[in-house]
Amino acid sequence: MGKWTRRAFLSAGVIAGGGILVGVALRPGNRADDVAGLVEGDGEKLVHAYIKIDQDNVVTAIVPHSEMGQGAQTALAQMLADELDADWDLVKVEEAPAIGEYAFYSIGRGYLFKDINLPGIVVPTIEGAMMMLSDSLDLQVTGGSMSVRVTGTYGMRVAGAATRDMLKRAAAKEWGVPAAEITTEKSMLIHDSSSRREPYAAFAAAAAEMTPSYTPKLKELSDYKIMGKPVQRLDIPSKVDGSAMFALDIRLPGMVYATVTRSPVFGGKVVSVDDAAARAVNGVLDVIPLPASSADMMIGGFSAGEAVAVVANGYWAAQRGLRALDIQWDSNGNDAVSSAQIATQHQQDISLSADRKNDRTQGDMQAAFDTAEKVISAEYNVPYLAHTCMEPLNATAHVQDGKCEVWVGCQNPLGFRRAVAEALGYKEDQVTLNNLLMGGGFGRKSRPDWAIQAALLSKAVGKPVQLIWSREEDVRQDFYRPASRSNFRAAMAADGTLTAWENTYVNKQEPAEAPLIPYAVDAQDIGYLQSPSHVPWGAWRSVDESQHGFYTESFIDECAAAAGQDPLSYRAELLKDHPRHLAVLDRVAREANWSHPLKQGQGRGVAIKESFGSIVAQVAEISLVNNEVVIDRMVAVIDPGFAVSPDGVVAQIESGIIYGLTAAIYGEITIEDGAVKQSNFHDYQALRMTASPLIETHIINSGFSPGGAGEPGTPPAAPALANAIFAATGRRIRELPLSKHIQFTEGYRA
Amino acid sequence: MAKTLLVNGVEKTIDVDPSTPLLWVLREQLDLTGTKFGCGIAQCGACTVMVDGVAVRSCIMPVANLAGREITTIEGLATDDATPHPLQQAWIDHQVPQCGYCQSGQLMSAAALLQRNPQPTESEINSAMEGNICRCGMYGRIKSAIKTAADGMPKNRPAAPALPAGEDADNG
Repeated sequence: MGKWTRRAFLSAGVIAGGGILVGVALRPGNRADDVAGLVEGDGEKLVHAYIKIDQDNVVTAIVPHSEMGQGAQTALAQMLADELDADWDLVKVEEAPAIGEYAFYSIGRGYLFKDINLPGIVVPTIEGAMMMLSDSLDLQVTGGSMSVRVTGTYGMRVAGAATRDMLKRAAAKEWGVPAAEITTEKSMLIHDSSSRREPYAAFAAAAAEMTPSYTPKLKELSDYKIMGKPVQRLDIPSKVDGSAMFALDIRLPGMVYATVTRSPVFGGKVVSVDDAAARAVNGVLDVIPLPASSADMMIGGFSAGEAVAVVANGYWAAQRGLRALDIQWDSNGNDAVSSAQIATQHQQDISLSADRKNDRTQGDMQAAFDTAEKVISAEYNVPYLAHTCMEPLNATAHVQDGKCEVWVGCQNPLGFRRAVAEALGYKEDQVTLNNLLMGGGFGRKSRPDWAIQAALLSKAVGKPVQLIWSREEDVRQDFYRPASRSNFRAAMAADGTLTAWENTYVNKQEPAEAPLIPYAVDAQDIGYLQSPSHVPWGAWRSVDESQHGFYTESFIDECAAAAGQDPLSYRAELLKDHPRHLAVLDRVAREANWSHPLKQGQGRGVAIKESFGSIVAQVAEISLVNNEVVIDRMVAVIDPGFAVSPDGVVAQIESGIIYGLTAAIYGEITIEDGAVKQSNFHDYQALRMTASPLIETHIINSGFSPGGAGEPGTPPAAPALANAIFAATGRRIRELPLSKHIQFTEGYRA
Repeated sequence: MAKTLLVNGVEKTIDVDPSTPLLWVLREQLDLTGTKFGCGIAQCGACTVMVDGVAVRSCIMPVANLAGREITTIEGLATDDATPHPLQQAWIDHQVPQCGYCQSGQLMSAAALLQRNPQPTESEINSAMEGNICRCGMYGRIKSAIKTAADGMPKNRPAAPALPAGEDADNG
């Protein structure tokens, strides 16, 4: 663990109403008054910007990340509570309000500079720059698997340790004993020799008067009591009795409901609307055209087309009204675009290779291919993908008296607040954004297009409006993982040694390193072309890592096959200089019993991908039953550096695998006549229980910097499965979804 | 059109268009928001409730069909506030929910299964749960939790009433 090098301003003060606050001001100047008023409840004291302690000794961790199922809020609370020596049974978690004070600049630094172990000497400069940047860039983002590895490490642990230190000093002063003699345990301050023992709550106010330490001492691994231990997630009880509050569950007095449609062809404009039949539907209140919207945000920048909304006294009436609308759209000249045409364009752009940009060039490619014993080449492609979060997009807005209040579940509360303000012509402080639990996010909920629609509708009708998208709108107006193509050529020596790796693909987004391989190949030329279409792009769980995981981990498997070598030991040979990768690969081989032969008609495939700071390997084990593929088992190993919440990491890997397998087997958004052909779960399928494999996940705590968990499980899933199909059938499938090329069984395993 | 519905053992008076699906009546008229909207076409199971002990997708069930029928939602799954249903406890023990949005529907499908078949086989669990999508992919945990709950439930329960005509537990 790198030493704490933050240079935040720490400040103390007494606020109006007698509440007491000591906080880390996240930018110069004391913003304490703003923060305390928004987060303190009755009987609670904000002892630190991230910590409240109430009269009953309950510690509340205030976390600047939203919850979309990934469990980060619990993991962050664990990090804070451990450093604080809090009683875990008395820890609660609360999401930070969407205000600038919680725009955590550490996230900005993690996002921009990737390497969170910066050399100490450059830190003050970068920190200073980031403190300003984070404010202007709305970085209260949840994504990029950053919560634990950046906010947790640089924010939560420091907050916990600093507060514990303040509490000890406060008690030392009161008791007249040296602070060094005071110990802490389960939210109690203890002085053994004088037999004193008091709860944190007794000193919360006094601690708030202390000057906090800039560099509290963080715990060593051996002293962890809550981090790394299997704790129950704090949000789960409310999710089994229907009481968990999602944005869709908000109920306001006088609230009306709305639903909406955009042009089936992206970016289309409204030419005319005949709404007579819609207005005749019982319960319909109004039909309202909505303008196109856009926002220029670093994360989640987008543009979305015009729309027509129906407002009614209930969703059902609004939906019936919407179906009764007769809208003529101008499709902006895109009504002939098809997936086939886009695929041809990708192929042509690669062939022409005009304006090809490089990700990595090294070694002498020409010499390697000239002297190669064997050259193999292959072309891969993947289709567009939608996110289909379980909770369809929805937001509730109430615009009145020059103010707007929004209730939404999103991955970027500050960015949403700003986008809504801009759309209404308001200043940001005229908008209050309440972020609720998300029924899935996966990247889709970083774009504020639908929240803007809700705000505009409320302004138009002068009432609180709950806007609910149909599933059809959700599938057809997404921001999609891009369709792309990736062409490879490799040179090999007589013994199978890989001597050159050439890769050209289309449509690069992020992270930049996604197409890079960890394998020791002397000559490498990896580059790309941007081949845009009118289909809007969005981050999709693991972003570019998902398609490049499929591409590179399939092609390295082809190289192993061409070399006549075992695909796992072939990889291991090329990873000699990557001990963490090797350890993950060795472990997955052992756990999957790789060397144990399978029966005829079975196959195993392996894939390994580092992403978002974690290394994940997976082995897929399949059987062919009546020539149909059954996935029997997925074995996964992750090295996340250190798993703060081990069961949470396991759950995220399980989740990432099912998300990745769903896309690998079924996932395809097809463009026809400029529009999305699919519309709902019947034609954009999700893996269901019967076909889902047994998943076994193992964690390696290597002690390196903490990595993410929400995304790294997804990239290896598709290539591991495709490689297993190759092992079982000899068929190399280079295009997703796999079900276009081979039949999958429903896989009942009684 | 005013009529009454029997929801979680309580008679409720509603006034809606008779074509309105039960889902929207629960959510918008009765403020029982635990039942979720996911697809609107009985493909995902997020809206699953029990009607006379049978799992149905409330997003396609017109409220006109439900006079006199016993409707149970997630809010009525536990028989009293202090004691969770064995499935709810198993869901916590196995740390099933991630985003949690689909879980009301998953629990209601599982509850209907155990009510008519307290000791389901693996394939019976698969079959009963096939209509419920979990985009967080917690199928393994859901299955384990159902088995745990089944193990803890009284054996030889009286069989649930036969399925009403025209309805099937797997109507999604």
